[in-house]
Amino acid sequence: MKTVKIDARGMHYTPLNQKIRAAIADGAEEIILDNVLGQRFIGDGLRGNVCIIVNGVPGGDLGIFMSGPTCIVHGNAEHAPGNTMDRGMLVIHGSAGDAVAHSMRGGKVFVKNNIGYRGGIHMKQYEVEARPILVVGGTAHSFLGEYMAGGLVLVLGIGKDKAMTDRGIGSGIHGGEIIIRGEVDDYLLGTGAKKFKFTESDLERIAPIIKSFCEQFGYDAAEFLDTNYTKIGPASSRPFASKYVWE
Amino acid sequence: MTLGSVPPKFKVNIDRDQCMDCGRCIENCSYGVYRREGDKILIESRKCTGCLRCVAMCPRDAITLTEKPIDYRSHPLWTREVREDIIKQARSGKIILSGMGNARDLPVVYDRLLLDACQVTNPSIDPLREPMELRTYIGKKPSKLKFKKTESGDVELETKLAPNLKLNTPIMIGHMSFGAISLNSQLSMAKAVTELGTYMGTGEGGLHKDLYPYQDHMIVQVASGRFGVNIDYLERGAAIEIKIGQGAKPGIGGHLPGEKVNEEVSRTRMIPVGSDAISPAPHHDIYSIEDLVQLIRSLKEATEWKKPVFVKIAAVHNVAPIAAGIARSSADAVVIDGFRGGTGAAPKVFRDNVGIPIEVAIASVDQKLREQGVRNEISIIASGGIRSSADLAKSIALGADAVNIGTAALVALGCRVCGNCYRNLCPWGIATQRPELVSRLDPERGAIQVSNLIKGWTYELSELMGAAGINSIESLRGNRDRLRGYMLDEQMLKILDVLPAGA
Amino acid sequence: MSHGNNSEIIDEYITLHSSLSIFRVIKMCGIIGFIDRTKSRMDGSSIKAALSLMNERGSGDGAGYAAYGIYPEYADYYALHVFFDNLGEPKKKVDELLQQLGEIVHQEEIPTTPQPGIKKVHIPWRYFFKPSEDLMEGKMASENDVVTYIVMEVNANVKGATICSSGKNMGVFKASGWPEDVANFYRIEDYKGYIWLGHNRYPTNSPGWWGGAHPFNLLNWSVVHNGEITSYGTNQRYVEGYGYKCSLFTDTEVVAYLFDLLGRQHGLSYEMVVKALAPPFWDEIDRMPAKEAELNKAVRLTYGSALMNGPFAIVVGTENGIVGFTDRIKLRPLVVGENGNRLYISSEEAAIRVLDPEVKNVYTPRAGEPIIGRFIE
Repeated sequence: MKTVKIDARGMHYTPLNQKIRAAIADGAEEIILDNVLGQRFIGDGLRGNVCIIVNGVPGGDLGIFMSGPTCIVHGNAEHAPGNTMDRGMLVIHGSAGDAVAHSMRGGKVFVKNNIGYRGGIHMKQYEVEARPILVVGGTAHSFLGEYMAGGLVLVLGIGKDKAMTDRGIGSGIHGGEIIIRGEVDDYLLGTGAKKFKFTESDLERIAPIIKSFCEQFGYDAAEFLDTNYTKIGPASSRPFASKYVWE
Repeated sequence: MTLGSVPPKFKVNIDRDQCMDCGRCIENCSYGVYRREGDKILIESRKCTGCLRCVAMCPRDAITLTEKPIDYRSHPLWTREVREDIIKQARSGKIILSGMGNARDLPVVYDRLLLDACQVTNPSIDPLREPMELRTYIGKKPSKLKFKKTESGDVELETKLAPNLKLNTPIMIGHMSFGAISLNSQLSMAKAVTELGTYMGTGEGGLHKDLYPYQDHMIVQVASGRFGVNIDYLERGAAIEIKIGQGAKPGIGGHLPGEKVNEEVSRTRMIPVGSDAISPAPHHDIYSIEDLVQLIRSLKEATEWKKPVFVKIAAVHNVAPIAAGIARSSADAVVIDGFRGGTGAAPKVFRDNVGIPIEVAIASVDQKLREQGVRNEISIIASGGIRSSADLAKSIALGADAVNIGTAALVALGCRVCGNCYRNLCPWGIATQRPELVSRLDPERGAIQVSNLIKGWTYELSELMGAAGINSIESLRGNRDRLRGYMLDEQMLKILDVLPAGA
Repeated sequence: MSHGNNSEIIDEYITLHSSLSIFRVIKMCGIIGFIDRTKSRMDGSSIKAALSLMNERGSGDGAGYAAYGIYPEYADYYALHVFFDNLGEPKKKVDELLQQLGEIVHQEEIPTTPQPGIKKVHIPWRYFFKPSEDLMEGKMASENDVVTYIVMEVNANVKGATICSSGKNMGVFKASGWPEDVANFYRIEDYKGYIWLGHNRYPTNSPGWWGGAHPFNLLNWSVVHNGEITSYGTNQRYVEGYGYKCSLFTDTEVVAYLFDLLGRQHGLSYEMVVKALAPPFWDEIDRMPAKEAELNKAVRLTYGSALMNGPFAIVVGTENGIVGFTDRIKLRPLVVGENGNRLYISSEEAAIRVLDPEVKNVYTPRAGEPIIGRFIE
């Protein structure tokens, strides 16, 4: 495997991204970025199968418009990793800020610990090949999966009494599903969101995702392979269809 | 039914002596006004929207249409419209949905601005026989240039130019999405702008593969729903526009009803068939000006700084400082959409009440950018109710670099501004996804009509400039000295920085 | 007290329109420019004669001269020529402003001789001034910036005072009247200069006001202009964005500011300034080799608001020489003549021949082509 190392210390994101692009063009399969601190847009618009290892704290919009590569972060991530991402994978060995996986339409974002507000907002799905998946090991703040139009958000609540304690879950959801470990209080549900029974067949469906997540972060998947989940979906695929009367 | 029915909006009549009973009216009316019973064509006037398709298609001119055949007792405050809105809401408890632009009878500033012409002290220029330059570059310009001398003594440019769009005429077509309008409408306009050397917007509906041949003349839009947005889409566009707001409905999002999301729309937007396509009110990755900067730069990074990025905002009260903020954001152009801007669907209360006129917005934005020394950082594209070459010339004289047209281009395709775009029944094949209606619009002929309109305006603009002794569009831009206000109040003149007629 | 009426009219204009745009003076005019490249000086008598020959182009409503090299004893100081309506309040304000921002080395009334054809509506005054160095210390401002500020401040805000020139070792002499009367009024033959500009005016608006006569000046830039700038509104908005205030009711004023902005502040060569003001057409640029096309495109994109439209022939006096050029489609005449170290630019060949009957190499330049006469070092 061809590996390229880049020391990102003190580097602006534009030259850093240019170096990454140049390395990919040069056939790199793995790119290790050391001393990353606040550089935004890492992986922005990249295609292909390269694996980018980020040592440090990347800036906002990690993996925005990304279509294929994998990005593994050893550190926390800031605002909106996985923004409008198409394909590929982000693995964050830490926590992430607000609007994680904003408008994501494909690929996976795995966050070991917690995420901020409006995680998975407006995720959307098109047919089977484009189904975005956001998995959070810890918990998420309010408005998780707001406007959600497709895909999967999974919150495992590892180390928490309750996986979710913030309000507005799935507010305005009209497609996709939000699955949360354990029980979710009714008052935490947002407008248009509805609880559904989590079944064995649901488990069968998400088991590979749970396994993949646990593999990344060294958890024992067996601990999570039961039906102790709450599934939240749209009450209607057209929640606001009857809001209007014609002129 | 204590409310009963309201009077019909139109009364449709067929002159039975003229009628040849061909049935074209029945075929053409998608709203179901006409039906045949026995050997007679019956009329249900209440269903009529005033789209005039039947009138246009009747071979004998046998159809007449009367607006408001029954009116209410006249009242200056409690107008017919007010009373009917109340009745509708009393019945439904809902928000009133409307189409096209602001329908209130408010004064039009353009109509109170007059253009200048030369007499004696300088010559008019004949644009057909002497040079007349309308070429316009949209994008960031340096505020000053640096040169260096080579060893051989030649002067060389040191400053690097940012990417700009080259327009052969300062008229572009604004963003109307595939979904809101038909693919044939988009194709018609795409062919026209490609032929003319100008540009059109995709709207927030993705870029249908049939438009790929015209992609060098398409500006791809990134709106809050991010429909159809991926790296492929961004790379195809000639430029990228971030849509923050729209003049017809500032401050609220978009909503393409599930009925319009068919197979093709679904594929282009990358959402399931039949689901509502909801664009949130804000971009949820932009809650502040620095977040806008971040989105702009993320788009530039994604496309390796090769494409201009525009930001479209609705003309709201604070438009000038907002535009000044955008000018400092790495954006290359700001598109300002005035309160008369069109839409496929907007809550009526927004369409008719929110925002400010584009004329005023151009004037205050241009002024603010100059005061802050950032006018060259950004181009100003004006839109929202541009109806003619005169509006175009006045917009540029107030300070715009170019205009976007929307409704005017649709009218060139057949639209009669009936305002029922949200019903998916547009009989002209424009604001509909129904295949049998869409097929009524032939993109080849549509392209010629749109192209003719823009050519006509371009000729007229050249003539207006020539008459004013100006042979280059740069010299019209911001040249408010060549405008005079007529029946405008002092405050308005001050904001427009235009002298009153006679002064 | 004859000087009251006209300034009252102007005051009225200012009051009426101070918050809006401005009234402009439209004119025809004859122009002339002369340089001796070796800085050998010539007195003003022949320029007077040359300008008078073009009286057919004027209306007797205004004429003026700019002369460079006339104050060698004060060469290091800014010579401020000021029109005062009276020597009371307006002068007090200008004195205060100058003392606040620097040192007045010398001041006096500009000597004049009454002429039957000239109503002395203003009192012409001159200061020799040095901006205080304290103002520049640790700041971005230069001496020129301070003087520019003074000119803009006085002309826009001090009632009854207009600074009509502000360069070093040069001055502008202008008034309402025929060229020979204005020359005799100022005793122009007493001044010796190595650059002379002259202008014979045919105004169609506010004909009485001296401030409306040419040349227009800022620092060492002086402009004489024949024609009308149809792009004035655009050019005005452009320079006002950089702090210049167009307050003299005529389109020519903006040309001086454009030269100062592009030539001094942006550091462009005279050739490049003319390229910005009267650029090649796009179809010509499209035919140029790539590098040249890119340069010309950059000039048009960057300086589009400085492009001047409409008919004009212009001669600009500068600290290094003179620059003449016309509009892009040659709507006004301009003739060039040379004789050894002397270069002449004028509306009419005849005027040049009055100045120098031996003139050689007389030709008409192409539209937009810069004609530049520089001193030989």
